[in-house]
Amino acid sequence: MATTTSKTRELLPIGAEAPDFTLKSTPDQQVSLSDFKGQPVVLVFYPADWSPVCGDQVALYNEMLGEFTEYNAQVLGLSVDGAWCHLAFSKDRHLHYPLLSDFEPKGEVSKKYGAYHDDVGESSRSLFVLDAAGVIRWNHLSPDGVNPGADGILKALDALTPEQRGSATAGSRS
Amino acid sequence: MTVIETISTLTPPVSDRDHTQGPANAKVTLVEYGDYECPYCGLAYPVVKQIQYALGKEMRFVFRNFPLREAHPHAMHAAIAAEEVGTHGEDQFWQMHDTLYENQNALEDEDLVGYAEEIGVPGAEIIAAFAGGPSLDRVRADFRSGVRSGVNGTPTFFVNGERYNGSWADVPLFVSVLRTAAKAHR
Repeated sequence: MATTTSKTRELLPIGAEAPDFTLKSTPDQQVSLSDFKGQPVVLVFYPADWSPVCGDQVALYNEMLGEFTEYNAQVLGLSVDGAWCHLAFSKDRHLHYPLLSDFEPKGEVSKKYGAYHDDVGESSRSLFVLDAAGVIRWNHLSPDGVNPGADGILKALDALTPEQRGSATAGSRS
Repeated sequence: MTVIETISTLTPPVSDRDHTQGPANAKVTLVEYGDYECPYCGLAYPVVKQIQYALGKEMRFVFRNFPLREAHPHAMHAAIAAEEVGTHGEDQFWQMHDTLYENQNALEDEDLVGYAEEIGVPGAEIIAAFAGGPSLDRVRADFRSGVRSGVNGTPTFFVNGERYNGSWADVPLFVSVLRTAAKAHR
């Protein structure tokens, strides 16, 4: 339950197909959601680079990439920060997963997912777990000041069937 | 559709495998997931001491590892060193734990070896443990349990198995929360 009084959009519901998008991951590279068809995706919408809670949250997921790999899952961070800002933030925190820039038109992708605070002009702190077919299997909205941790994500990944995980590669280890 | 639990509870619960201080039958158990290089854990270290003093035998304290390796380059080796020293006894573990928090600015490998040797554990054993083995496995298992339990940064505390979301820096508040939990647990 959000503690803020801001007008919060409804998150795209469980069972909905996740809208595709293409966003910059660095100043000269782009990432599309459809690049990850065939594997689960964890979408992490967050308000801003550098803010303390986000810092902890992105750092936590960074430390957990090994765990996510066991589920064949890809983590993608999204905020309205520009690609140069993401680049500096990623370097500073040694991040090993992409941060996507929902910058132009501002917040367009976040709005499609219902993960946007219109009054502050930032993504809300929202999580989505998508299955290998790109269907939303879990979602969660946190109050902006609360780091949601990762237990909910892992439980959602646990609940995926082998097909939803992308059965062709399920169980494979690198 | 599966209903997914959103309350963060300690998984697995405290057991014999944990490092504990205080009586096993204490009415309240405080668990910390910590990182020896994390500055906030460093700030929390004297807070925990004050809380232990205030609660006395009413409380059992448990420490589990949650090293943030990317953010804190020395955290993993520090955690392994503490666990390796801990294989020689619980007293030795807590001595190492305290030494690390009291020397957060000196956590290079040679520092860790030096602290271990002062406690009576051969340095070569610590160096060998960095490469792998039960101590590393234990640190990794702690980290995984933390993630499952809803640890969202360091330090994260659990009071009788539930994540404490209040401010740990507010000692009187924290003490009163723990006393209330002790009273509720009859």
